[in-house]
Amino acid sequence: MLGSLARADQVSRATKVEHQVLKLLMRRILLGFATVALVSVIIFAGIEILPGDACTAYLQRDAQGQRLENCRQELGLHRPVVVRYLGWAGSALRGDFGVSVNSTKTISELVGDRSKNSLLLAFCTLVIGLPFAIFLGVITGLNRDKPIDLVCSTVAICAMTIPEFVSATVLILIFSVWLAWFPGIVMTSASAPALAFFPEIILPSVVLAMVMTAHILRTVRSSIIEVLESDFVRMAILKGVPYRQMVLRHVLPNALLPAINVIALTIAWLMGGVVVVETVFNFPGLGRLMINAITDRDLQLVQAIALIVAVIYVGVNLAADIASLLLNPRLRTSMMRRS
Amino acid sequence: MSQGKNQVTDQVTDQGKQTGGTSSRAAGFWHVLVSMMSRPSGLIGVILVLFHVTIAIISPEIVPYDYKKISNILMLSAPDSHHWLGTDQLGRDVLTRVLMGGRQALFVTAIATPIAVMWGGFLGIYLGLVGGRKDDVIMRIVDALLSLPWILKMLLLIVTFGAGQMVLIPTLAFFYGIPVIRISRVATHDVVSRDFVQAAKARGHSLASIIFVELLPNVRDALLVEGAMRWSWMLLAFSSLSFLGFGATPPNPDWGLMIADARGFLVVAPLAGLAPVFALSTLIIGINLTADALAKTLGVDRARKASIA
Repeated sequence: MLGSLARADQVSRATKVEHQVLKLLMRRILLGFATVALVSVIIFAGIEILPGDACTAYLQRDAQGQRLENCRQELGLHRPVVVRYLGWAGSALRGDFGVSVNSTKTISELVGDRSKNSLLLAFCTLVIGLPFAIFLGVITGLNRDKPIDLVCSTVAICAMTIPEFVSATVLILIFSVWLAWFPGIVMTSASAPALAFFPEIILPSVVLAMVMTAHILRTVRSSIIEVLESDFVRMAILKGVPYRQMVLRHVLPNALLPAINVIALTIAWLMGGVVVVETVFNFPGLGRLMINAITDRDLQLVQAIALIVAVIYVGVNLAADIASLLLNPRLRTSMMRRS
Repeated sequence: MSQGKNQVTDQVTDQGKQTGGTSSRAAGFWHVLVSMMSRPSGLIGVILVLFHVTIAIISPEIVPYDYKKISNILMLSAPDSHHWLGTDQLGRDVLTRVLMGGRQALFVTAIATPIAVMWGGFLGIYLGLVGGRKDDVIMRIVDALLSLPWILKMLLLIVTFGAGQMVLIPTLAFFYGIPVIRISRVATHDVVSRDFVQAAKARGHSLASIIFVELLPNVRDALLVEGAMRWSWMLLAFSSLSFLGFGATPPNPDWGLMIADARGFLVVAPLAGLAPVFALSTLIIGINLTADALAKTLGVDRARKASIA
């Protein structure tokens, strides 16, 4: 009798927890959409506030008098800002970003090719760097303040902070100029299939993986240290749980959870923030398209890339938050009890 | 974890109280500096930073040649007794240019960093204190701005307004202050519910007095560490911009620019590229080792707050 009551109580508590988690999830997803909407406003307003528009960029010296007026009329730039924003956001939702000023291709085609290449670069970087980063992070965290930790942590600080063009230049000098193992520059065209980028993609991936490894290593290390000091690990040690089992069953699952968010940030960074590495290696990714669009004052293209990169950033962070919420051991136990 | 942190900050504030008055601040500073330099990595960091700052200040007096003197006889010559590090593709002395190459980067970032930390820090403290609708709205905007790559935001402004220092300093100070808002807001949240803040509120102290008297001293450590980190990110940003051709303008000597120029001639004159690489790396590593030592001394957990570039 008492037992079944306690069970019923447990079940109702579990449903309550689950209900709360669901509410949290919905809130988080709504927040993601709100951020994207806000970013789109900021991007549009930002480009609007800066002096010059698509017509002055297109006509350059001739941008005056009747020609400027005609061009604005033709592109619909005479309409009020709000109408133009809604038009832009509406077609962007349908994946239509218009035509680039300096290219015959549509912006969607241009961005599509480049996104594919950036994704490939991000993938190669993760494959090279991620296992290495997590392994080193766990080792340094478990051996806090021992020589191996001091060496790895110091090297990580260096790898994390040395500018990418510096490490890239040094790697090109060593592996491309002196040893001639890998090509130091990417010659493949933007629309080539993924496999055509090997082996050219290896050096840029290694440069990016160095930075990424350092960041993830530091996060994993500090979260391992935090978990090692927690009550349940102390309890496990007091209970006499063997070291290996304690690490595998108690420390790792809890310590690797925060790494998910850093990995998400890394992916977002790889998709939009690697202008320097792409420039050094002449890699046809989103970053170089972005910098070219800015210097050519191709404002429509700039808006499109900015929006896409922001959506990727918000998207992967959202995915990471949801994943870590669902992988949270406390929630998992409550779900298992119920089933 | 948090207990340990409190203990350290308590120790630091206790020390300040014992000496009392203005001398306590100086004593606190020396205490922090000495304990930073008691770690080997901190010692190396502080020495590297001091070395680079000194070189940047005195280099115009000690360099052997004029940094912009072009010579078509000496193009890409190997190191010899006259030009210790050889010459670059225009025949300019590499040693001279390396010694002077950090001046503009250090000048720009040394002005932009304090501005960034101050405006971001105060806004963060204010938002952490008042909360509510204002906090919600501004933090959403912060989130949105952070989702755009830094280089996109900065390049848009630089391409529109030109690449001079008068554009670079405010641009860097503005964009690098945004992440500081988050840090200082979180640090404020840790303090705002404590008794002495509630007491000050109950006594009816003004917002300004609560911020300056109660909150700022408690958030200061986190902001100092954040400032040291921002400084290194900013240097990274400035030299990356120079490398891409949007920062320092030729013929001014700048490490990022020099590396970009030397890249085409690495086979013939590797030193013209490696020398600025070495200089820039040692400065940035020095700043980071210093920031790390500072964080450990002040008991601020730095790794958790390190966001990717």
